Amino acid sequence: MPSLHALANPARFLKLARPLTPALFWAGVALIAIGSWAGLSQTPPDYLQGDAFRILFIHVPVAWLGMAGWSGIAISSFTFLVWRHPLAMIAARAIALPGAVFTALCLITGSIWGRPTWGTWWEWDGRLTSMLLLFFVYLGFLALHRADADRGGDGRISAIYGVAGSVLLPIIHYSVIWWNTLHQGESIGLTSSTIAGSMLWPLPFTLLGFTLFFAGIVLMRMRAILAISKAEARMRRMAA
Amino acid sequence: MNPWPFVSAAYGVTFLASAGLALWSWLEMRRAERK
Repeated sequence: MPSLHALANPARFLKLARPLTPALFWAGVALIAIGSWAGLSQTPPDYLQGDAFRILFIHVPVAWLGMAGWSGIAISSFTFLVWRHPLAMIAARAIALPGAVFTALCLITGSIWGRPTWGTWWEWDGRLTSMLLLFFVYLGFLALHRADADRGGDGRISAIYGVAGSVLLPIIHYSVIWWNTLHQGESIGLTSSTIAGSMLWPLPFTLLGFTLFFAGIVLMRMRAILAISKAEARMRRMAA
Repeated sequence: MNPWPFVSAAYGVTFLASAGLALWSWLEMRRAERK
């Protein structure tokens, strides 16, 4: 794929990333604002959960990004291991912190939603526990990458960990099918949903909004890592 | 049980954490690119 290889060039990447960062970020903020406003005020309450169901409009996007973030780390790590593109490892590094934050937000918003609907803040069921494990896996990646960088490693260990951690993703996805969980089963699919359209329509706004927002943040972090590496290389050249 | 304190808390935590993450990432990027 020549286009992918061309993008792996840091100079070409930066040329694209500079205008894309604010565009993605602000488009995301606008969509989140529209979706949240609509979710909080323009949809009818659920017949069973009442207004508590409105947490769905933020809980689903942050849960999706917690998992999509690790998919991004796994793909970037694999790309780094196979093609040795340093930009791929920079992408994995840049995704790790936002991914961990969104996984934590998924756990927090889920817990807040659980109290009025399930009567409990936490339950050690399949979905909740596997998501908590994903959060710890993110923390492990961040710690491992820092330790590897401190001892002058090339990132290969973090990349192997990034690929291995993806084992958790199908476990999280199928946890509501494999185990009898308190967490509801899959209610929103790509083509159908068990939730009425009149209640669900703001969700695509917040889903896309948070995704663009996340992408904007990842680009900011990639640009920061690239700039720091460039400054360090310059200082090494001056010292030599 | 009144659900609105829970709804407000969930949205509040999400927006605050997202804004904090965005601000931190932007400051880090700006600082690094100015070096």
